[in-house]
Amino acid sequence: MVFKNIVCPACGAACDDIQVELGDGTIETKNACKIGNVKFKEIVSSHRLRQPLINKGGRLIPVPWDEALEKATYILTSAKRPLLFLGSEISCEAHEAGLHIGEYLGAVVDSNTSIYHGPTVMGVQEAGKVGATEGQKKNRCDLIVYWGTNPLESIPRQMSRYEVFPRGYWTKRGRFDRIIITLDPRKTLTTEASDFHVQLTPNSDYELISALLTLLHGKIPHPSVEEITGVPISAMEELLYMMKNCNFGFISIGLGLSSSIGKHRNAEIVMNFVKEINKFTKFALGVIHAHCNVAGFNQVASYMYGYPFGLDFTRGYPRFNPGEFTTVDMLREKDVDAALVVCSDLISNLPADCATYLAEIPLICLDIVPCPTTVISDIVLPGVIDAMECDGTFYRQDDVPVYFEPFTGSPFEFTKSNEDTLRQLFAKIRKTK
Amino acid sequence: MAGTIVIKNGYVFDPLNEIKGEIMDIFVQDGKVVTGLSAAELKTGTFIDAFGKTVMPGGVDSHSHVAGSKVNAGRVMRPEDHYKATIQKTSLLHSGSGYTVPSVYKQGYDYAAMGYTTVFEAAIPPLEARHTHEEMRATPILDMGGYLELGNNFFVMRYLREGDIWRAAAYVSWMMKTHKTYGVKCVNPAGVENWGWGKNVSSLDEANIHFEITPREIIKGLSEINECLGMPMPLHLHANNLGHPGCYTIAKESLKIPDVIKPRQNMEVEWAEIKMNPAKNRSVYLAHLMFNSFAGTTWADLESGVKELAGYINNKDHVVIDSGCVPFGEATTMTGDGPAIHDIYTLTGNKWSNKDVEMECGSGVLPFTYLKSNPVHSVQWAMGLECLLLINDPWKTIMTTDSPNGGPFTKYPEVMTWLMSEAYRKQTLSECHKWANDRSEIGGVRRELSLYDLAILTRANPARTIGMAHRKGSLGVGADGDITIYNINPQQLDPNNYEALLRTFRKVEYTIKGGEIVVAKGEVVSIPEKRTYYSEVHVEDEKEKEMLADVKEWFRYYTLGFANYQTPKKYLANPTPIQVNGKR
Repeated sequence: MVFKNIVCPACGAACDDIQVELGDGTIETKNACKIGNVKFKEIVSSHRLRQPLINKGGRLIPVPWDEALEKATYILTSAKRPLLFLGSEISCEAHEAGLHIGEYLGAVVDSNTSIYHGPTVMGVQEAGKVGATEGQKKNRCDLIVYWGTNPLESIPRQMSRYEVFPRGYWTKRGRFDRIIITLDPRKTLTTEASDFHVQLTPNSDYELISALLTLLHGKIPHPSVEEITGVPISAMEELLYMMKNCNFGFISIGLGLSSSIGKHRNAEIVMNFVKEINKFTKFALGVIHAHCNVAGFNQVASYMYGYPFGLDFTRGYPRFNPGEFTTVDMLREKDVDAALVVCSDLISNLPADCATYLAEIPLICLDIVPCPTTVISDIVLPGVIDAMECDGTFYRQDDVPVYFEPFTGSPFEFTKSNEDTLRQLFAKIRKTK
Repeated sequence: MAGTIVIKNGYVFDPLNEIKGEIMDIFVQDGKVVTGLSAAELKTGTFIDAFGKTVMPGGVDSHSHVAGSKVNAGRVMRPEDHYKATIQKTSLLHSGSGYTVPSVYKQGYDYAAMGYTTVFEAAIPPLEARHTHEEMRATPILDMGGYLELGNNFFVMRYLREGDIWRAAAYVSWMMKTHKTYGVKCVNPAGVENWGWGKNVSSLDEANIHFEITPREIIKGLSEINECLGMPMPLHLHANNLGHPGCYTIAKESLKIPDVIKPRQNMEVEWAEIKMNPAKNRSVYLAHLMFNSFAGTTWADLESGVKELAGYINNKDHVVIDSGCVPFGEATTMTGDGPAIHDIYTLTGNKWSNKDVEMECGSGVLPFTYLKSNPVHSVQWAMGLECLLLINDPWKTIMTTDSPNGGPFTKYPEVMTWLMSEAYRKQTLSECHKWANDRSEIGGVRRELSLYDLAILTRANPARTIGMAHRKGSLGVGADGDITIYNINPQQLDPNNYEALLRTFRKVEYTIKGGEIVVAKGEVVSIPEKRTYYSEVHVEDEKEKEMLADVKEWFRYYTLGFANYQTPKKYLANPTPIQVNGKR
């Protein structure tokens, strides 16, 4: 059967124009990019987790659903301070259910933002974010700056759907109506596709933006900045000239900015730059999210409890202190004694010390396919694939909520969705504790 | 029995039924006000002795920023606002945090603890309506709804420019259904579209870029559409040039535009028994008058322009306003008026978030602190109170702080007390910068509002203005059993003892919603079901079909497909449509 207008759960672009043809054990997609296409294939893949598993003597053994939930309940309720890591491949409804469990247990609840775009969110908390929805770029934008990101490979359709190629209302000629500038120490497909590539020295983002701000304020930066950044001041002036003279400029920032030295200060200063350049022309800034619903957890956690990530409920009210209550820090300091990891291969993305400790403590993992995290788990709960097998909400990278409807149902009798799984778990927890 | 309650011997203030503090019994059965209860029902129901206390309908806030993308942008960017205000989880309540932009649970509890049971979100960007509904659904206790931003919508601007008012009307009705929203909001018409290019408009007759439509044409068009469709409430206007010295002139000119338009309310609802004629009688509802009332030409010669506007409103019957009071202290400014917030950014250099929404609207958020020592802020405090004290007819005014723009809604007790007590105003005036006295009329105002007036400003009139008087804002038979009981004996009320007034307003004796006690002595004791209201507007099918063909054609400029654009009902808690019949 053919289904249209399906939302893709792969990355932050949340493309909503996917066409899916589902056959008996086969799936064909149209409009999906290479990442999305692979994601859709998961639904028929042979290695899909299809039953609950429990670790017995180093081997994962199938067990009945109720038994797995009971054991998971036991682990979470007997822990003093569990860590709940709610990944970004699940719906906001599942995030909500997970946060309720975390609050009830007095746990630490965190999400991908923490080990991913966390510094960017902290930059927002320092400076504020002057942003716009994707359509503003599509319709108005005539100058795009990619800073520390390579969307052609991380979000393949970002350029064609939103930013570079689409023929918008005032950008009828698509690519020809736009100037593309990429700032990246590396040469990538994106830099090749750009009009200008500013190849700055690695970890000199802060200095380069400071120099641009100085120039914007009509002053000349210290000449040492040329050596530090590898960019001549004359080139900076040229760059700034283009920026000041566009009609609608946009800076898309990626992990290259917020994960290099300077971290949230890099994000902060680029946001301050965007604020200041608005005195000359219209400018906005957006974040490139290579994972699906990262923005969703930030939104849901903020409206439910007031903070976007790394929430600690140990004292019965939400606390936020990145560097203390965030996943990596909690594991490094051995401040948690059990963990529930939902739809995120957490262990592959942690520093070795943290991964080692995570492997030591009781661990429950909810996921759709085997991954390093499931291998070290004590209990594995099979996941339902959001946007394919159940409905819900994703937030796109520009914080626009997208409602998705499934084209098939949950493959399991015991759960309808990951939200359902977490709610069943919560019901059991409430009975126990 | 749940939802059955009797409140005995309270001093009842129910302005829609012209009850001015008479000692009465109020009966509620199954969540609705009834004339009486049988002996058996009295036995099983809850009994409250309200002797010596004040009984009013549950509070209604008709303009507050409580849910959605920009409110949450405020939460995300302001951890400092959340550290200092937290609530503990209990067996009944969720935990939460936030002072000016509290998290949803805290927000619901805080409103209920002040006696409010109904709150309407002031601005919903269509593309992000799902977000607003998600937050409203998560907000406990309160009945809610919201107004859809349409003043800078591509389709509305284009249809109005082409003079095709019926196509525009069909579009507005379709948008109300699609996004499950309640009323039409118009924010800085034509100006926010210009903000897409970093610009604004500065007069009512300045056409914007490309669409070449003026604010005057949009205000006129949208208010005509609003009345053609018979919407429950008047056009909710946030006038142009807001927050700039001298802006009162443009506000006054804007108010003149809908003067000629006849209010028409055509909704199919069951009306509670109401003595007054509760039908819509205004054609424009101006938001946060205070921010629209700056006189002078620069910040140096700024003064209050409220007197001028109040004079106009006193002489006209088509305007209703809410105040947007400034109770001093921390605030978070947030509005759909993106350029206005950019101007505050250039003024203060505070951290600033902005979000333009494709083809529809924009928004901005900026933390702000109002200081008594600051000359301009002091005048703003005075102006907010002037809005409510210089307009003689309380049925033309509604008390708000435009929360959290002037200050958070939790400061309502202060505002109520300033309105009721000249002594409290004098006390605050003595602490303020002298501009408050020199550049406004407030020092000479002797008026002190009665409890009856207060019931109009905080319950009866907001409910009536937004067309919810059929079930909210009164204690007539058939109305929702939403009731506030204050520990105030009207016989012994002494406005000079403002400390006592402040205390009682901050923590009500009881808040009752749908006949269930929600708050007792300021503590939340139960979490009843809640509802979300929206207008389901009907126009001729042909009109809608023709309009939709055009809308679909233009949808290629969106980044979300037509099929995924709408807000499904599952985002609403107990979706309660109000049938509005827009057929000619």
